[in-house]
Amino acid sequence: MSVDVRRRMYEVMAVAKAADERLRKAISTGEALVTYWPSRGQEAIAGALAAALRREDWLVTTYRGLHDQLAKGVPLVEIYAEALGRATGASGGKGGTMHIADPEAGLMATTGIVGAGVPVATGLGLAALLRGDGRVAAASFGDGAMNQGAFHEGVNLAAVWQLPVVFVCQNNGYAECTPVERSTLVTRLADRAAAYGIPGVHVDGNDPDATYEALREAVERARAGGGPTLLECETYRFFGHYFGDTMAYMPADELEQRRAEDPVVRYRERLEAEGALPRDELERIGADAVRHCDEAFAAALAAPLADPATIDDHVYAEVR
Amino acid sequence: MAQTEVQTAEATIGAAIRQAVEDAMHRDERVLVLGEDIEHMGVFAGLHHTFGTARVRETPISESAIVGASVGAALGGLRPIAEIMIMDFLGVCMDQLANMAAKLRYTTAGRTHVPMTVRAVSYGGGGFGSGSTHSQSLEAWLMHVPGLKVVYPSSPADAKGLMASCIEDDDPCIFVESPVLYGVRGEVPVDPGFRVPLGRAAVRREGSDVTLIGYGRTALDALAVADQLAPEGISVEVVDLRSLVPLDVDTVLASVEKTGRAVVSHLAVEFCGPGAELAALISERLFGRLRAPVRRLGGRPTPIPASRHLEPHWYPSVESTAAAVRAVVGS
Repeated sequence: MSVDVRRRMYEVMAVAKAADERLRKAISTGEALVTYWPSRGQEAIAGALAAALRREDWLVTTYRGLHDQLAKGVPLVEIYAEALGRATGASGGKGGTMHIADPEAGLMATTGIVGAGVPVATGLGLAALLRGDGRVAAASFGDGAMNQGAFHEGVNLAAVWQLPVVFVCQNNGYAECTPVERSTLVTRLADRAAAYGIPGVHVDGNDPDATYEALREAVERARAGGGPTLLECETYRFFGHYFGDTMAYMPADELEQRRAEDPVVRYRERLEAEGALPRDELERIGADAVRHCDEAFAAALAAPLADPATIDDHVYAEVR
Repeated sequence: MAQTEVQTAEATIGAAIRQAVEDAMHRDERVLVLGEDIEHMGVFAGLHHTFGTARVRETPISESAIVGASVGAALGGLRPIAEIMIMDFLGVCMDQLANMAAKLRYTTAGRTHVPMTVRAVSYGGGGFGSGSTHSQSLEAWLMHVPGLKVVYPSSPADAKGLMASCIEDDDPCIFVESPVLYGVRGEVPVDPGFRVPLGRAAVRREGSDVTLIGYGRTALDALAVADQLAPEGISVEVVDLRSLVPLDVDTVLASVEKTGRAVVSHLAVEFCGPGAELAALISERLFGRLRAPVRRLGGRPTPIPASRHLEPHWYPSVESTAAAVRAVVGS
């Protein structure tokens, strides 16, 4: 694995961590009133997505999608401004953090309904196939989504049609407040791939190198006409379903242990220990990420609020 | 001024829909169709022989995936036409229609949009005896979701012109079609450029005493009612809505302003049906000019019974509509 790939992954992970922390700080201090579903703890998957997908490849993510959006290159200032209901937000304040899209960056949709993005990614794969432009579509979703009917229908159709799609399950252990073992008796979610006749791969989703390798292989297979893959990335959610949730259902010792194994910190230590990147460069990447997020947040906060005069815009193609 | 002759040919509604789809597929390689059993059944049967199975795609029985994949294909630059074999199956894929297709333009401030058409086949009013889950006319569900467009043609020419407009439209359009009308024949312009714009009702018959508003089968019923009541000295103006969203409010109000009376008839359940919205609109805008309360006619507040003997009692009929019109005019 090249140093460039590993540097890119660490940069994305550092920004995803800092972006989450800045937003939560704003909510905690009363600086902003925002409903937010934190992605903290799942940064390694974002790093791998950033490195394994091309800019023109398509991604559909979920409301817990800040890290994925950054992986795809959506400008953070637009995400923050959207969270803050600003006119300059990615969706002009109409969508909120549940509905970010940036087609130029290949981030085609963020869904607020669990599992709904799966068949949509299948359709994007169909478009890629018929256009013949070599694109790959990816769907990012949680373990909870795998118990929705839309997941089953969408994956099955992609399999039957052998579409260039990668289904990326970010198994963070909880479907909202319900532990994964109370949602399904299947212990390896990747095993579900057998039900569709497609490859199912399980990977440590907190290890960016391993996740990147698994993702790259799935993306290459899809691009080469080998059809879809179900990739289960096992990770952990450092906070509740939404930020402010009591998290009473998450055992304190489990939480403490998993937070101590922070994938961003661990990766920085690994890159330094292996001599892949020098300490000063790693520190600079971390500091740049924090500064970038502070600046983006300040810019978003300073932007004008969404104008109530725009409330009827963009319902239909026709201007009303 | 010399009138240009519009070249037409007689066709059924089913053939007219097919013509519009074939014209679009010849014209625009982004157009594809997908649905259950479409190679063998329904309006698309055999279409794969002309356009191949890459663009004519049979699916598993998976309505969420059919509509969801259509949303994705549309986001990816294609123009899918999805067939929902029986409209009642919308219940399986309503999330993709109401929460994805309808909302993406708005929630991304126009950065993305979903140019797709869903053919929803409603066996309502056919007396097919198909029962409670294969007979409904569910357009009111769709009309209640901002972001969707809904059309419901009653003639072959409208079917062709509206289908062509739906395919070219940049928003998700639901094209409701009635197998009970598949046999209806009419003259259809042969020009592939023929369009019926979305959002335009048609005055099918001019009259002076009462406006009878319908769409799909009830628009044809309305013409029969007008014929039946003419000898009784009741002059009925018939408005065929054709398009439910956008709704041609101007044409409806202009007609009712003239006649002073309105009856709305549809195959959807009467309670909270499209007729309720029309009655409210007319009452709000024309209150002082109405000579009688607006009357609604629709399906009964029960599931649709299966028996071919019971089913016709569930919907408005020509007879029940004529009786309602008489009562409104006589009041």
